[in-house]
Amino acid sequence: MRIWRTPVLWLAVLLALTLGMDGLEPLFRLIQPDTQSVIYQRETFLFLLGNHVLLVLISATIGTFAAVAGGIFATRPSGRDFLPLVSQIASIGQTFPPVAVLALAVPVLGFGEGPTLVALVLYGLLPVLRNTLAGLDGIDPAVTEAARGMGMSARQVLFQVEIPLAGRVILAGIRTSVTINIATAAIGSTIGARTLGDPVIAGLVNGNTAYVLQGALLIGLLALMTDSLFEALEKLWARRLAPTVSPA
Amino acid sequence: MIELKNVTRRFGQTVAVDHIDLTVETGEVCVLVGSSGCGKSTTLRMINRLLPASSGEILVDGEDVTGMDLQRLRLNMGYAIQGTGLFPHWSVARNIALVPRLLKWPKERIDARVTELLQMLEMDPASFADKYPQQLSGGQAQRVGVARALAADPNILLMDEPFGALDAITRENLQLEMLRLQRQLKKTTVFVTHDIDEALRLATRIAVMDQGRIVQHDTPENILRRPASDFVENLVGKQDRGLKLMALRPVRDLMTPHDKPRPAEPGADGLKEDDSLRLALSVMLWQDLRQVAVFDHQGNETGVLLRERLIEGGV
Repeated sequence: MRIWRTPVLWLAVLLALTLGMDGLEPLFRLIQPDTQSVIYQRETFLFLLGNHVLLVLISATIGTFAAVAGGIFATRPSGRDFLPLVSQIASIGQTFPPVAVLALAVPVLGFGEGPTLVALVLYGLLPVLRNTLAGLDGIDPAVTEAARGMGMSARQVLFQVEIPLAGRVILAGIRTSVTINIATAAIGSTIGARTLGDPVIAGLVNGNTAYVLQGALLIGLLALMTDSLFEALEKLWARRLAPTVSPA
Repeated sequence: MIELKNVTRRFGQTVAVDHIDLTVETGEVCVLVGSSGCGKSTTLRMINRLLPASSGEILVDGEDVTGMDLQRLRLNMGYAIQGTGLFPHWSVARNIALVPRLLKWPKERIDARVTELLQMLEMDPASFADKYPQQLSGGQAQRVGVARALAADPNILLMDEPFGALDAITRENLQLEMLRLQRQLKKTTVFVTHDIDEALRLATRIAVMDQGRIVQHDTPENILRRPASDFVENLVGKQDRGLKLMALRPVRDLMTPHDKPRPAEPGADGLKEDDSLRLALSVMLWQDLRQVAVFDHQGNETGVLLRERLIEGGV
């Protein structure tokens, strides 16, 4: 249970700040003494947080399934021919900054949550894909050869041997993907998605540093919480499915 | 029984296995030996169809493997390879239980079998069953690999340089273990190695391979006495063939037996009936003895081996 302590702690801080931002008004007043409103009021922080998380969750789910499926396909005998192509796409994709992906999505898809979601899915695919390939490729060939030679079916080799052994690396890819997308989703505010980026953009436009700070704080806490959550998941995975030392 | 009839395997333009015929009788150990790239591993992997044959027929107990259900074929063949291929995320017990689980044996039967196999390979079930492969030494891991291959009591064993990565002492121990097991279990075995001494020690018959062909298929003794070509002669070592032949025969063959076994005097030194003549010669030379006492498994002295007898009749 100890491994869950950090993510729960961050979640508590995140929720406390989301619900109790008003309580920090005197503090923000210090930063922004001349402005009438120092706490972002157009939407509740809870709504923005919920929308933000939803966007990331949906895009991560779609992206992860697509990327893992693609990675598995490219490492099967029937898909081996596509492996160089797929891994090149995965590498090239990494060199695009997230902002560029968003900017490219607008002319095609217009404004709002829709294009943000598409951009998030596309951008989130790549780290997962790259790590799926690396994870599956990193398995000792003797292990899969023995598995097939002993009479396991292709499906059994995949689900009982390859996925458990590559799982930790794939999970690390999902972690990178989700963390990047938490930041990218905030930029979605520039094209009309309702996210924790809203106060940041509003603050920048109106010269209100307090707004910027509130948005940035919550985004940062969300990213920290998510990151520590994945760290816990990776440890759990290692303990359950790929132990390196015997359980004491 | 395994029969290969006119089997060929090509990789693109290169011919890895070139129209070979080979029959492995039920219960015998056939060792494929040759330098790397001679096609011995390819031959082995065609038997369980990890590689399909380009042409020719492979029959297992009279049935063509190409027509057989792949899983059924492989589940009935134990498979052990160099570097073990143990699953690092599974405990020793679960690794050994792989095939019985695939065959859906009841849990109690699997547990009993795992315990039995660990004991058979002289590993304490209590201390090893729950370990993970990376906690084992090379020799222990390879024992587990062999146990896994034997788990569902298959009729056929395929072994691809299983002891290749081990140090000399561990390898010899495992070879002796293998001989002991084989006397008990009598599996039809195809064993691949590049080590001619391993081949001579383990084989019922040896198939020497070179450039995708079988250049000689015969008993270890005949391979040593009548090598079919210069290649085979060089492989077995021209000069120390005498010693290698002696290594094939047990002391029992040449000893002068007593009328009836005598209990050994305490501290008596000597050979066992199963020791090789080569070992006997070595002992005699080292200790400068004209004769050595021979003991059976119970420790009774059953005879003596004379030096003249050994020199005259050893080869």
